[in-house]
Amino acid sequence: MLILNFELCYLNLKMQYSDTQIKQLEEKAKQIRRLIIQMLAKAGSGHPGGSLSSADLITALYFAVLRHNPKQLDSPSRDRFHMSKGHCCPLWYAALAESGYFPAEELWSLRQLGSILQGHSDRRTPGVDVASGSLGQGLSVALGMCLAAKIDKKDYRVYCLMGDGEIQEGNIWEAAMAAAHYKCDNLCGILDYNGFQIDGRTKDIMDLEPVVAKWQAFGWHTIEIDGHNMREILSAYAEAKTIKGKPTIIIARTIKGKGVSFMENVVDFHGRAPTQEEAERALKELE
Amino acid sequence: MEQLYQRDIYGQTLVELGRTNKNIVVLDADLSGSTRTSLFAKEFPERFFNFGVAEQNMMAAASGFASCGKTVFVSTFAMFATGRAWDQVRNTICYNNFNIKIVASHSGITVGPDGSSHQALEDVALMRVIPNMNIIVPCDGPQTRDAVLAAVNTPGPFYIRLGRPKIATVENKPEFKFGQAQVLTEGKDLTIIACGIMVGEALVAARNLLAKGIKARVINMHTIRPLDTVTILKAAGETRGLVVCEEHTVIGGLASSIDEAVAENHPIKTVRVGIKNRFGQSGEPADLLKEYNLTSHDIEKAALVCVNTECK
Repeated sequence: MLILNFELCYLNLKMQYSDTQIKQLEEKAKQIRRLIIQMLAKAGSGHPGGSLSSADLITALYFAVLRHNPKQLDSPSRDRFHMSKGHCCPLWYAALAESGYFPAEELWSLRQLGSILQGHSDRRTPGVDVASGSLGQGLSVALGMCLAAKIDKKDYRVYCLMGDGEIQEGNIWEAAMAAAHYKCDNLCGILDYNGFQIDGRTKDIMDLEPVVAKWQAFGWHTIEIDGHNMREILSAYAEAKTIKGKPTIIIARTIKGKGVSFMENVVDFHGRAPTQEEAERALKELE
Repeated sequence: MEQLYQRDIYGQTLVELGRTNKNIVVLDADLSGSTRTSLFAKEFPERFFNFGVAEQNMMAAASGFASCGKTVFVSTFAMFATGRAWDQVRNTICYNNFNIKIVASHSGITVGPDGSSHQALEDVALMRVIPNMNIIVPCDGPQTRDAVLAAVNTPGPFYIRLGRPKIATVENKPEFKFGQAQVLTEGKDLTIIACGIMVGEALVAARNLLAKGIKARVINMHTIRPLDTVTILKAAGETRGLVVCEEHTVIGGLASSIDEAVAENHPIKTVRVGIKNRFGQSGEPADLLKEYNLTSHDIEKAALVCVNTECK
């Protein structure tokens, strides 16, 4: 009976978004991908692969899930998002600019001296609460935000995006253990499981498997999805909200460099910006 | 003479602050009995979080709390606060300039029998190189309270260094002002600058030197960052040399701070009393202080070297 109820509930969650809404979000994700390519080509350095692989996850979050207001940066009850894999900040910056946190022109200053858009995200960017860049620390930051919510009796939720290579850091598992211990059901982790890290495939460099069992063993509710299927992404966020007494992680199977044919699953594009010529080709594909 | 645990004073001060300041949260990593954050935990369980043996998680989580407007006290042993979690302290606490106060106990060689792995001899050096970090090394029990109050009333990250054993209270100190050194005795022959437990040793050395006709100015440099260069340069100008004493490696801590200040502004002979490129070891605190040349006798010897070999 319990299982049936849960399935019904899950179906409801799946059905609450119309085809039009899904289409709009898919279009928005495409726009975000275009901005990522343009920013990185202009900057001449940066990390396209993981920015593109997480683009659908973060677009859905910013434009359909997160309770936030770009005009009220410090609102105590706002939902929080923290990008633990700070090298994918071009994606974050694009989502923030599209949300109205700062003018889109700022995007073309990425990685330049004096820019509000640093090579790894920090607090000079409106909408960024805590800096990141040194991997493995962001889930702890999110945990602190969740515990602060408990003290203040606030109902905001905290979302934290992690890279798959990043969860090789021990600090992640310290945070995972603590979040379950403190029953942080206001915490939703998002794992961008694209299967690549700088030096190659995660399974060759340092295998993460069985990744789902690991999070479950640490006391987390796990949801596995196709990280490029907007309906599955939205359902996962909705399901996460219903889970009580434990944190949730959305383990999203993704494609590194998703959306640009010649970048997909190409490890070189983890940390190399497209050339002008490559950017033009990429933008054509993203029209 | 009154002997107090700095840790007791810390725990009591936290409880006192917690009563009026509801914004304070306290984190510890399975050492709350030793650091005395257990006192706060008992009184305010909803604002205390034990992170278990996981200092990196604790430090980074402190930033999550701080980003939500909390004043966060984080405690563990000095070794683990500064060494184990240095990256977290640099990138996630200090870079964000968050209101996080790291109060670490069990610093220095006087940790005693636990030996080298638990004797932080480099912690001030590790914290001093990070921008935004403020550092206080209180000299006794009562000054621990002063340090904690200064930290809570000053925005930004702090490192407060406490010891394990009881410390004799230093009598007749001028009023504590964060960032302003305390001149404990006047003298024109030389200056002894000390912090932490070495302040008491410096005063004993100064009394012994006086018997030999040498008048030493003793300065308690409780705040290491921001450094009170005015008081240092005044001493450099008015006395014939500086002896700098710390229960810490002579590399990167108080002595280096003083050397940097005088080298740039008023070069003068300095002699360092501290740990000379060695690890610690097991032993009783008093025996270790002797073994590592950290007694009033060692300060006295250094003072004689200092006055007898003045820089030209």
